[in-house]
Amino acid sequence: MPIHDQGYRRYGGARGRRGHGWAVIAAAGLRTFFARRIFLGLLLMAWLPAIVRAVQFYAVANFPQASVLAPTPDTFRQFLDQQTNFVFFMTVYAGAGLIANDRRANALQIYLSKPLTRSDYVFGKLAILTTCLLMVTWVPAMALLALQAAFAGNVTFLRGHIYLIPAITVFSTLQVVTVSAAMLALSSLSKSSRYVALLYAALVFFSVALFGVLRFVTRDTSLSWISLPNDLAQLGDAIFRVPLRFATPWPVALMMIVALLVASGLVLERRVRGVEVVG
Amino acid sequence: MSDVSLSPVVTLEDVSVAYGRHPALRSVTTSFAVGAVGLLGPNGAGKSTMLKALLGFLVPQRGRMRVLGLDVAASPLEIRARIGYMPESDAHIPGMNAVSFVAYCGELAGLPRVDAMQRAHEVLYYVGLGEARYRNVETYSAGMKQRIKLAQALVHDPDLLFLDEPTNGMDPKGRDEMLDLIRDLGHNKGMNLVLSSHLLPDVEFACDHVVVMDKGSVVAAGPIAALKQPRGQVFELRVKIAVGELDGFLDRLRAAGIECYATDDDVMRALVPGEGGARDLFAFAAAEHVQVRHLRPSVPTLEDVFAKAVGEK
Repeated sequence: MPIHDQGYRRYGGARGRRGHGWAVIAAAGLRTFFARRIFLGLLLMAWLPAIVRAVQFYAVANFPQASVLAPTPDTFRQFLDQQTNFVFFMTVYAGAGLIANDRRANALQIYLSKPLTRSDYVFGKLAILTTCLLMVTWVPAMALLALQAAFAGNVTFLRGHIYLIPAITVFSTLQVVTVSAAMLALSSLSKSSRYVALLYAALVFFSVALFGVLRFVTRDTSLSWISLPNDLAQLGDAIFRVPLRFATPWPVALMMIVALLVASGLVLERRVRGVEVVG
Repeated sequence: MSDVSLSPVVTLEDVSVAYGRHPALRSVTTSFAVGAVGLLGPNGAGKSTMLKALLGFLVPQRGRMRVLGLDVAASPLEIRARIGYMPESDAHIPGMNAVSFVAYCGELAGLPRVDAMQRAHEVLYYVGLGEARYRNVETYSAGMKQRIKLAQALVHDPDLLFLDEPTNGMDPKGRDEMLDLIRDLGHNKGMNLVLSSHLLPDVEFACDHVVVMDKGSVVAAGPIAALKQPRGQVFELRVKIAVGELDGFLDRLRAAGIECYATDDDVMRALVPGEGGARDLFAFAAAEHVQVRHLRPSVPTLEDVFAKAVGEK
């Protein structure tokens, strides 16, 4: 005989305000990732370049012989460029299964039978991936800015290049939102996270390879817009006020990014439903 | 009890839903009373489509639906906060153990995190998964997956439960336990529920009311006890007849006003209207030169109601 009644009891407690479903999804997703060693390992690796830069800033601040390594605004642009590889791996690891796994487990009808809109669901999933990616781009970059000031013992560099704060923020946000939306759209197309990961990698590598071939044939870089990484790199250069690396005007790269975001939104709108209707 | 508490929990007015060109619900007008209501019909009758339309997953081409007094088109989130849905197919959140999954569903439904976790433990014990609540849901058997779907539908204490084929894939013992749970919820815990099933015994055991569907339309609805009231007498009947002449005999039987349909056994069930009863059947058989081998009075069942409603032969 049970010590206490284990039958069903009515709930008399408080219920939260609606409209926070996306935050519940995001928090649960992040908790799941932070409980995984592979994720933590990947995050640690992604922070290695930042640690190296921090050592560089420390050396510059404390050893006059290292003054040739003094940071410039380009240092931060180069740092974010380096992080692009980690953005790729993190996107594949954390993003491929975000919707694909839910589709495999028929979880969408569970989610959408709760007081959630489809937008809540998509924004929740998007928040998981963007948070993970910001932790390999915006967070270390801003930490480096803070460390530079801390090691130097003054804010002269920061004051002289105050635009770095919005530049890092805008570029990181643009990069993270773009790849997150693209990956979520791909993830909604399949029930296999492996297939989605392969598809994303293939799209990135194929577009870069195609640009390489066209560049070789035309001896011109004005077709860089066909590749997402190139579009982001071109916009990054424009945001950080450094010379553009391709002949493509940056508004064209921006248009490609906007087109990709719109296409991702349309795919998600069609694929994220409680019932899969064919016909 | 006031009139308000007796008003239907679900109403549909002239609702039509189609998948492309294929109509799934055809101008359905019906209501679901408070308590446990069975939604009965053969596969493809439109039962799941009706539940998905009530949840807002499907938008009807025509008609109006109300759940718990709220318009489905205008207040889908308010409705979903007050209902629990147990889908027909396997469904879970991947990568979670049972207690995390159910608590997560509670949070999604608006419960504070601590309350959701406490309720998750409680409902998992209630559905019989207390000892397995720290196992990953993906390692569960088919029967356990059915139970956890019920748990996630219950965790936020809904006012109305939609259960879509809840005994699918369960062994006989598990099926009985699931039906006991559903009956307990509907009869002892005061929860309104709609049990969608193609299994007559499940609905008859767990529900007080039934809505019978066939080919996208409602063909009978009401309290089971009232529907089972005989409008004549029911008999089990077996006859000796030449091969190939049975269909003609049955057609003439129906033409004479005697409802008749075959069962899984080799006997037929015949509903004889009026007071004549066995005498009418014998007289008809004699006139047809058919030998009656077995005739036994029977009690009306939901199967009779269902067979009559869907015009089964």
